[in-house]
Amino acid sequence: MTKNKPKLHFSRKLLAIPYGLFLAFFVVVPLLIIIYYAFTDDAGKFSLDYVKYFFSENGDSFWDFFTSSNFRTIMRSLFISLASTAICLLIAYPVAYIIAKSKLKNKSMLLLLFIVPMWVNFVLRINALKELLQFIGIYNRSNGWNIFNTILGMVYDFLPFMILPIYTTIIKIDNSYLEAAKDLGATGARAFTKITLPLSKAGIMSGVSMVFLPSMTNYVVSNYLTYSNVKIVGKLIDDYFMGDLWHDGSFIALVLLLFMFLVTWLTGGFKADEITETRGTSLW
Amino acid sequence: MATTTEKNNHIIELVDVHKEFDGVTIVENLNFYVRKGEFITFLGPSGCGKTTTLRMIAGFEMPTSGKILLNGEDITQLPPNKRPVNTVFQKYALFPHLNVFENVAFGLKLQRIETTVTNKKGVSKTKMKKIPKAVIAEKVRKALEIVDLVGFEKRSISTLSGGQQQRIAIARAIVNEPEILLLDEPLGALDLKMRKEMQLELKAMHKRLGITFIYVTHDQEEALTMSDTIIVMSDGSIQQIGTPEMIYNEPKNTFVADFIGESNIFSGVMPKDGQVRFCGKSFNCLDGGFEKDEPVDVVVRPEDVQITSPEEGILKGKVTSVIFKGIHYQILVQCGRYEIEIQSTTTPTVGEKVGLNIQPDGIHVMKKIFRVNKFSGIITKRNTVEFGDGEFECDVTQLYPGSHLDDEGYLITAKGEKLDLTDTEVNVEVGLHDIVMSDNLEEGGARGNIISMIYKSEYYRYIVRTENEEDYVLACEDTWNENDLVSLLIPSDKIKLTLKTTEATKQ
Repeated sequence: MTKNKPKLHFSRKLLAIPYGLFLAFFVVVPLLIIIYYAFTDDAGKFSLDYVKYFFSENGDSFWDFFTSSNFRTIMRSLFISLASTAICLLIAYPVAYIIAKSKLKNKSMLLLLFIVPMWVNFVLRINALKELLQFIGIYNRSNGWNIFNTILGMVYDFLPFMILPIYTTIIKIDNSYLEAAKDLGATGARAFTKITLPLSKAGIMSGVSMVFLPSMTNYVVSNYLTYSNVKIVGKLIDDYFMGDLWHDGSFIALVLLLFMFLVTWLTGGFKADEITETRGTSLW
Repeated sequence: MATTTEKNNHIIELVDVHKEFDGVTIVENLNFYVRKGEFITFLGPSGCGKTTTLRMIAGFEMPTSGKILLNGEDITQLPPNKRPVNTVFQKYALFPHLNVFENVAFGLKLQRIETTVTNKKGVSKTKMKKIPKAVIAEKVRKALEIVDLVGFEKRSISTLSGGQQQRIAIARAIVNEPEILLLDEPLGALDLKMRKEMQLELKAMHKRLGITFIYVTHDQEEALTMSDTIIVMSDGSIQQIGTPEMIYNEPKNTFVADFIGESNIFSGVMPKDGQVRFCGKSFNCLDGGFEKDEPVDVVVRPEDVQITSPEEGILKGKVTSVIFKGIHYQILVQCGRYEIEIQSTTTPTVGEKVGLNIQPDGIHVMKKIFRVNKFSGIITKRNTVEFGDGEFECDVTQLYPGSHLDDEGYLITAKGEKLDLTDTEVNVEVGLHDIVMSDNLEEGGARGNIISMIYKSEYYRYIVRTENEEDYVLACEDTWNENDLVSLLIPSDKIKLTLKTTEATKQ
């Protein structure tokens, strides 16, 4: 008989359990299932058939992949993402810069002007945009316009995700750095390119990954705004799964995952110090 | 010839410089010059305008009015990047995304030097060219040598200690070979031992480089150690300019005496040149030139008070406290109403009766700046007087001898004339000892914050500033704190009113 019952210690580590479970059941397990489906056949045996099929859907040589519809869809997605990200950056940086540098006392109010639209349901907003495009007369007019409209929709949807991280990094740049640069002989423009721009890099990177990655897959935008005439990677995966082609869908999902991993790695998203640098963005 | 070189020697000159932020005066009436090659220090408590002054010289702030001359040329409107000055910032402001070398080379990489190039056709042109990389590398190495950090080129800023960052900040500034180096409390973030070392190093560096250093600090000891000239500032204006010895030994007013070192400040009178009365006794002194029996402030440094036997001392008192301070003891002696601080290596015991002597050269007599509060006021309908951002009860009959007030509030003069005093402009005088502070904010006629307190051995002298920047000077035996919000009470019989001269002549 021991009197010493094990004491119930409530340590802070216990708080991680709910998230740990969530992570296991909704991230790790599904990921494993995707990998399983990507490399097995209907009988559940290991097979590279679907990998082969992805690269040569007509059963021809590997090089035909570069003329396949899958390849074209990936390239299209890539183009839309790159264009959307670039346009977002071009619009967001000046906006974030101006708000951060404004002498107004209530900068957050200005910022809110860009955030409030996000509180309106996203599908509703895209539908409204569609009506607007119809009114102007460029809705589903031609292939070119459809791509344009998709990019427009992506920019419209993801702009705040670009503004916020850039704003938070610019506002944190100590004014004394700029004074020091000017003191050392830099003009205003020089001080911007040598100090402000490099010091807001973390915000740009975080903004880029927050716009680039979702605009690869957000096929709601492309479907609504192009009468489903523009197909992006997200839609491709959806089509496979809807058509009960789980193995094909899984492999493409895996390719996309790899792709995103690459982008995140390239934009420095895995560096711990830069994550803390843009900590303010986690608010959204 | 001597006068022209003296004039040419002024590298920086400030003429009537005045600076306001949102209508609040930060500095006013700044007039001073800095000699070439000098180590000059702006010394003052926080908020005295010293950093603003430095920032105006650097070009980060533009004066609201006045001129800044560099080598005789007006540079008031010149942006910072066009001025041959470099700054060492308070928190260093080293660029975090660049390594040590890139930080130090930052200014050099931006520089363009005029070079004459002869092209193929034989036409020579002047072109702005970058400094060659090898030259930059050499200059950076030399700058790092000066601050003793050679070999740190590749290090990132975040891996450096505070002291090392400090040195890099200095290297980054001096590598551009500025005519003037501005230092804004550069040692504030370092620990005491490091600070002392850097003080000596900076002074040595100043000697070696031969350029002008303008230094800002609130640390009087730092200022005394390093400077050739000290400019003591308080409340936006210059209190005294002089060598460290002058500032310490001959403080111009009680503020300087109180701020620089420890001091006993007494109120006294000057019966004649070479003699001053304070603490109820007469002392011989070296000062003169005051009116007969003029009230003065007397400053005595604690180390200038000698402890003797009670019979030999001019002052007699009882020791109330003895504190060991390392190289000396800090001793407090109560002589009647007066408390006197003494620094001495001898150790009387607490409660011991001692005598105190002060040699003539240890007594510094200075003009009292504040003998009485003077304001311009206006009589209101209620026969109160408005002045100094407040309204007080007063006796208006003193304006006209022999007059009295009738039931309706009109003034009846001695001759029987009936006067309405509403809106009459008057001069108001209130003595230092006639104002009482209260923490009941509704009680008094005006309210403000205490912006200064100086202990004067029998009372504290306070300055209370109202919201609209009106100052009241008052004496009070109780201890309040700086920044306390207080209400000011003045008994109506202590408010001295006189008609403004223009009004008086009209009557």
